Amino acid sequence: MAKPLVATGHFTGCFGCHMSILDIDERILDLVELVEFDKSPINDIKRFSRPVDIGLVEGGVSNDENVEFLRMFRENCKILIALGACAVTGGVPSIRNTVPLRECLQEAFIDGPTVVDGKIPDDPDIPILLDKVYPCHEVVKIDYFLPGCPPSADVIWAALTALLSGKPLDLPYEMVKYD
Amino acid sequence: MSDKPVTFTIDGVEITAKAGQTILQAADDAGIYIPRLCYHPSLPPGGHCRLCTVKINGRPASSCTFPADEGLVVENDTEELNDHRRRIVEMLFVEGNHYCPTCEHSGNCELQAMAYRLGLLAPTLPYFRCERELDASHKDVYVDRDRCILCGRCARASREVDHKVVFGFEGRGVHKRISVDAPHNLGETNLAAADKAAEVCPTGCIMLKRKGFAIPVGQRKYDHEPIGSEIERSRSAK
Amino acid sequence: MAEAHSTLVKEVVEQFGADRSRLMDIARALHGKLGHLSEDIIGEIADALGIHRVEVRDMVSFYAFLSRSPKGKTTIRLCNAVVERMNGADEIAQAFEEALGIRFGETTPDGAISLEYTPCMGMSDQPPSALVNGVPITGIRKADVPAIIDAIKKGGAVQSLPVAEIELNLRQSGPVIFAPMDRGAAVRRAVDMTPDEIIATMNTARLRGRGGAGFPLAMKWDFCRKAEGDAHYIICNADEGEPGTFKDRVILTEQPDLVFEGMTVAAFVIGAREGFLYLRAEYEYLLPHLEQVLARRRRLGLLGENICGREGFNFDIRIQLGAGAYICGEESALIESLEGKRGAPRDRPPFPVQKGYRNQPSSVNNVETLCCAARIMEKGAEWFSSIGTRDSTGAKLLSVSGDCERPGVYEVPYGATVATVLNMVGAEDAAAVQVGGPSGQCLAPRNFGRSISFEDIPTGGSFIVFGPQRNILESMHQFIEFFVEESCGWCVPCRVGAKHLDIIFRKILDGKGTRADYQQLEQVCMTVKTMSRCGLGQTAANPILTTMRNFPELYDALLQSDDFIPSFDLDKAIKEGCEITGRTPALEEHHV
Repeated sequence: MAKPLVATGHFTGCFGCHMSILDIDERILDLVELVEFDKSPINDIKRFSRPVDIGLVEGGVSNDENVEFLRMFRENCKILIALGACAVTGGVPSIRNTVPLRECLQEAFIDGPTVVDGKIPDDPDIPILLDKVYPCHEVVKIDYFLPGCPPSADVIWAALTALLSGKPLDLPYEMVKYD
Repeated sequence: MSDKPVTFTIDGVEITAKAGQTILQAADDAGIYIPRLCYHPSLPPGGHCRLCTVKINGRPASSCTFPADEGLVVENDTEELNDHRRRIVEMLFVEGNHYCPTCEHSGNCELQAMAYRLGLLAPTLPYFRCERELDASHKDVYVDRDRCILCGRCARASREVDHKVVFGFEGRGVHKRISVDAPHNLGETNLAAADKAAEVCPTGCIMLKRKGFAIPVGQRKYDHEPIGSEIERSRSAK
Repeated sequence: MAEAHSTLVKEVVEQFGADRSRLMDIARALHGKLGHLSEDIIGEIADALGIHRVEVRDMVSFYAFLSRSPKGKTTIRLCNAVVERMNGADEIAQAFEEALGIRFGETTPDGAISLEYTPCMGMSDQPPSALVNGVPITGIRKADVPAIIDAIKKGGAVQSLPVAEIELNLRQSGPVIFAPMDRGAAVRRAVDMTPDEIIATMNTARLRGRGGAGFPLAMKWDFCRKAEGDAHYIICNADEGEPGTFKDRVILTEQPDLVFEGMTVAAFVIGAREGFLYLRAEYEYLLPHLEQVLARRRRLGLLGENICGREGFNFDIRIQLGAGAYICGEESALIESLEGKRGAPRDRPPFPVQKGYRNQPSSVNNVETLCCAARIMEKGAEWFSSIGTRDSTGAKLLSVSGDCERPGVYEVPYGATVATVLNMVGAEDAAAVQVGGPSGQCLAPRNFGRSISFEDIPTGGSFIVFGPQRNILESMHQFIEFFVEESCGWCVPCRVGAKHLDIIFRKILDGKGTRADYQQLEQVCMTVKTMSRCGLGQTAANPILTTMRNFPELYDALLQSDDFIPSFDLDKAIKEGCEITGRTPALEEHHV
């Protein structure tokens, strides 16, 4: 029987959740036995080669590229998991949500104390920012949420092994943290 | 309020309340935890958060304000009530702007702890994303209204314990905010760092300056045990 | 300037005896003179009263009719209640905006006129309506707008315009409220009886409160009378704010004596020396008339010392005006407001009959209930209980509005069916009826056989008819918006939950709702209903819950079969970013 396929994706976050995936230490060997990784920054596979069983997405949605890739994950993943505070709530990047986008950009690229000859970037190669940073579930359907900043390696391990074995996802008290 | 001890049941457990106790106080003494956020044992009840709503003889009422009485049949730990409580906590998370990963109070925060206890993995109700004022004008204390849940503990503590009235409310409905007793900001008030009002905030809204992140992760109040465990322990010890 | 204001504040505060509980009157008086209450004035008031600034700000910031920022010399408050919008209020709003060159919420650059919205102002029988510096104008047509603005600009005399004519619209009189009365008869009867005998009479009449909850009056008066206190108070709740109701307006216009008569009987029973009529700010125009009636009653010995010659029966009534807050119709919020505070309801117990105004036993009664009590004194309990049904004695005043030929007030014996009322008012083709206002229920034609009574459909009297051409759920959404606006904010489920009802319901109405959204909406409804602190929150979900029950087909038609539809809208979310950078989104490039 073919191994279940797992993909991971990264949007507006700090890559900390991916670090946490790696943090499962030697269990990564078990995991590799258990699953096969498709698209993921871990193996640098950029495109989905086929539909996968589980997708883990890190980061909130702050620009048009995030939207596109998140939608792509939804289309290609049977189960989609929002991994970590940013994917679940918007997280730290969403601190800008109460400030109008124009003010944010004005401060960052024009008025900021360290800016010289500032200009708001408009290069066509960079993604266009959205008015807010959105949690993933406002953009696509999310099947499971794993909060944490980052979620601990144990949470990720517990979640993956439960889902792969078809058991209910029942996390003990100490594993669920928002920070 | 009864002037003599009374006996009633919570979820079928018979408990005795001292004269003048509310249902919540009697439950605490008996080692039965009723979830709550705006209630504080050294302050009069506020009735704001409604988390402590129980069914009394079948009708919902806040246990922090309801006097214990002979023969009452109280339901507390039911799936229905806990669903409503979880939803109320969820409402608070999306009403304010709560960024747990950067908050000094994370791990010691009662709102966060209540979400853990009730098993809230992610708020999915629509976020309000309203701008809320930050007031860092006071030399020792700041008010970060993003984190305010309008429990009114600060206002009650200032009035009842500190005898100062530094805090109050302003506005109504979704525009309601914590307000300070000065023309512009907290720095103009007579709040002192040692005041009860600066100590009772359940979230990271009213915080002492230069004290943040003092306790390492793993040793914080709610890192290992759900909120309410100290009350429930007193029951299992009996 | 600042000093002149300081003197003015001191004068006004003194005028009200430097009494903290008169803060509402002080704030209203200063607002009237200054146009708004600035932070400086708030500080001055606090100093003059010897209280904290934050307490004054707390109160002032609560009421819709008190502004903390400068407003125009004249404020036009256009009513945007459901019935008004069914009758062209949106068109009138647009006409005002175009004529003045400002939007609602704004003031003309010359500082002359501000435009604001206000919820139901008790004129749903003659919509659209507005308040011009407190003066009601009704039946406004688009063509009236220039004349209204002209009159304001020429000095504010809108009173002389045809729109300032208030129709009485008493369509069906009856024996209970609107029959001719013998002024003082009820009080004279009362002083010849003992309070216990009067309570027994109310008990025999089986009179229940007319506000909607239906608490037996005899029991309320008895509790209040027996509760220990330094003083007892009778409070008449004339804060009828339930959208679609206006019967108190008609009572206070036609039968104010009957109301005061009822209050005086109540005072005799419970032992009150002081009574209050809490009048909603929207009815301020009735104040001079009511004061005249009170003055006449004092002259006739029906108020004051030794009333009707009864040694030691001393009682008088003060009228307290509100300042725009629906929640103050809730009895404990009303009491808070009467004490000069924000209108936040109290937790019960203790009930007002135990600890009410100034923490003393207080009986808060509806205008109509007090009229019934007076009538029972005059005509007897048997006469009263012969009208209506066994559990709902007497008659009910209905405020009928919406899609019917003859909107107005109808005195209907309890037990009348909805269908009977619809025939009476000329609305045989009704597609839905909202009974009891937004906090009541929305009935479908198959429910029209049900009866107006405590045992079937209890109501405060609002009766809004929706014709077949109406989008009923859109009106329900407007009701939810009303609750969002009027929630006092004290408790979480109502403050936050009502807003969530608004957002999720809107998504469904926009055709973007799934079964999952419907389920979430229902869950939030139940949390708001079960967990809220007072009647406002406990009933705020009713427009949704009762239409889910009575009009499931309307929801079925709106719900999408998709598994998930995002609330996120990419076009909207990216618009600002594109504008700032001068770029156009090119999402398809990323497609794989």
